[in-house]
Amino acid sequence: MGFFNRLKDSLAKTRQGFVEKIDTLVHRRKEIDEDVYEELEEILVQADVGVATAMELVENVRRIVKERRIEDAAGIKPVLKEQIRELLGTGNMTINVYWQSPTVVLVVGVNGVGKTTTIGKMAHLYKMDGKRVLLGAADTFRAAAIDQLEVWAERVNVDLIKHREGSDPAAVAYDSLQAAKARGADLLIIDTAGRLHTKSNLMEELKKIGRVLDRAMPGAPHEVLLVLDATTGQNAVNQAKLFGEAVGVTGIVLTKLDGSAKGGVVLGVKHALNIPVKLIGIGEGIDDLRPFDVEEFVEALFS
Amino acid sequence: MFANLAERLQDTFKKMRGKGRLTEADVNEALREVRLALLEADVNFKVVKNFVARIKERAVGQELLSSLNPAQHVIKIVHDELTTLMGGSNSKINLAPKPPTVIMMVGLNGAGKTTTSAKLANLLRKQGRRPLLVAADVYRPAAIKQLQVLGEQLKIQVFAREEQQDPVAIGRAAVEKAAVGGFDIVIIDTAGRQEVNEELMAELEAMNSYLQPHEILLVVDAMTGQTAVNVAETFNRRLELDGVVLTKLDGDTRGGAALSVRSVTGKPIKFAGVGEKLDALEPFHPDRMAERILGMGDMLTLIEKAQENFDAGQMARMQKKIRSMEFTLDDFLEQISHVKKMGPLEQVLGMIPGLGGLKKLKDIQVDEKELVYVEAIIRSMTPDERQEPERVLNGSRKRRIARGSGTSVQEVNRLLKQFEQTKKMMRQLMDMEKSMKKGGKIPKMPFFN
Ligand SMILES: Nc1nc2c(ncn2[C@@H]2O[C@H](COP(=O)(O)OP(=O)(O)O)[C@@H](O)[C@H]2O)c(=O)[nH]1
Ligand SMILES: [Mg+2]
Repeated sequence: MGFFNRLKDSLAKTRQGFVEKIDTLVHRRKEIDEDVYEELEEILVQADVGVATAMELVENVRRIVKERRIEDAAGIKPVLKEQIRELLGTGNMTINVYWQSPTVVLVVGVNGVGKTTTIGKMAHLYKMDGKRVLLGAADTFRAAAIDQLEVWAERVNVDLIKHREGSDPAAVAYDSLQAAKARGADLLIIDTAGRLHTKSNLMEELKKIGRVLDRAMPGAPHEVLLVLDATTGQNAVNQAKLFGEAVGVTGIVLTKLDGSAKGGVVLGVKHALNIPVKLIGIGEGIDDLRPFDVEEFVEALFS
Repeated sequence: MFANLAERLQDTFKKMRGKGRLTEADVNEALREVRLALLEADVNFKVVKNFVARIKERAVGQELLSSLNPAQHVIKIVHDELTTLMGGSNSKINLAPKPPTVIMMVGLNGAGKTTTSAKLANLLRKQGRRPLLVAADVYRPAAIKQLQVLGEQLKIQVFAREEQQDPVAIGRAAVEKAAVGGFDIVIIDTAGRQEVNEELMAELEAMNSYLQPHEILLVVDAMTGQTAVNVAETFNRRLELDGVVLTKLDGDTRGGAALSVRSVTGKPIKFAGVGEKLDALEPFHPDRMAERILGMGDMLTLIEKAQENFDAGQMARMQKKIRSMEFTLDDFLEQISHVKKMGPLEQVLGMIPGLGGLKKLKDIQVDEKELVYVEAIIRSMTPDERQEPERVLNGSRKRRIARGSGTSVQEVNRLLKQFEQTKKMMRQLMDMEKSMKKGGKIPKMPFFN
């Protein structure tokens, strides 16, 4: 099964609700009236796009439909598709690789979104690609978080740098980076404790990790991935904003797309903060991580 | 994002002040704002639709109470209706006629089941029960270990069978152990799963039919979006839930999922998780949640917490001092010890409506650890320094204080600055309180004239 098919498959649920509704909507009507637009907005809102972004998208569609003198309701879907593609498809959507090894990736997010699992899957992805991967267990706070990452390190067969539970996460980050340099790792991925973006002391702790890394290797971390749970609603926008302010988020990993959630909030995040989605999580297994590809994503969404 | 609903409605109604009755046009206009606020708060789209329709029915043609302006009136209806919908307070666990009572925690991946299981065990123990925690998440790496660590922290026993992969078997063995070991509550932490995963949902059904839990609690992340409806519906259909626990309410989410879940299941939301610490589980308060969803802050909680920790005499004395600007570092010290008792500071500040918007307050760093230094610094001051720091503190005195408190002169200076800011903040809080009292009939809505 090729990547495209697997992606389509795993996005089946995402697609179902969303596209079926647009299809029935478009096929039921021939002429374009107010109701058509209203229902478009409803569909977007129900996909967690957020009411402000949805309204703006629909406004754009309305304007374009007018400009292009589209008269058949069936012509609306491609316009909306195009709009979403345009919104999501800009910016650097691949993982930044630094010219000098190691490339340092810092993974951040609120509690339970899938940071540790994503790191396990990511390590596997890059290991398969022939990269030397090292993991840093800087979630020293949550009970057994280190053990959890350790299980993944064993599974994927990569090394892991850890301190004791409760120790300073910035020190773990520092040691991991030194070890990555010493061992000639290509990629260092650092796990952090889940934290609500509103807790200023915890966000300070994150800033400190960023500073320590930058001092040990100017320019590091080269990639700061914010993990967003696809079931999250509009709060994701605040998350992205505040994590971005603290450590400069460079990309989003959208997890749990194997559920019924549609993850539409990434449109809102891209719209408000211009942060691109780079990876998606579609299950708990080692292979359940995919690069985010707008063309395929939107196609899978609408096919 | 959107301003708070109260302010928006106030704007909407400015133009139609002074009418005696709510017309359909007025109500429609107001309900557009209500609809937006609810959607923005992540209440499910269909739930919003029904809700707005019901409000409209109630509001059109109603005579305006003389004490309320139209905005207040609509808010009152919306607020009442929302509170009713959210259900009464009910944080009771169904107890088995013959112990042990078996409680099963279920929910999506990452919702917070493990932490909540431990918190619930802690809470029930405080109520005199003997809980046994059961590690039945056999999938997620180190999930068992996580519960064991939490159990150790709480000194609550955790039942685990590392070699056993079948959660039904684990549950059975645990219940047997509880019966002989004198435990009267068994709390089973299950693996997280997506409600569309047929295999894993069937597994939960099997646990349900073999273990016959007396209480099944769905753990829902308060940040959940539109999908909360599908999740709650499916879990409820397949397991017949007894209640819901809402987690991560200590963030800044408006928490519309609460309304979605409640209205599709009809089951009570029993507890709310408000922090990572193991005592941060509270009974759920429908009225406060209604205000939060509407974007009106959690004023009630704040007032209650403040009342718990300040007695009336103290309060009056402080207020007088603040008003007359006699508030000193000594008073500050006293305040700090009270505030510390009120709970995590961010939480306390977050409960004040409109505070997010006040720039000045944002500059005040809220760090619990810092309070320790603050106390040390003040305690290293002489009485006259505490009374009039601006006047008496010079460089050498500051150096002495820094040495005495194990801090630096910069930290002493920072404290003095913070003290000034705090004085201002308290005056602002008092102004808010005053306008609240003036509001008279509806003290829950402080921002109306
Ligand atoms: N179904 C599904 N579950 C996931 C996915 N990513 C992570 N999880 C699960 O979500 C839960 C929390 O993940 P974890 O990595 O511990 O989150 P963290 O707290 O952010 O590190 C675990 O049960 C994971 O197995 C995903 O893409 N799909
Ligand atoms: Mg983790």
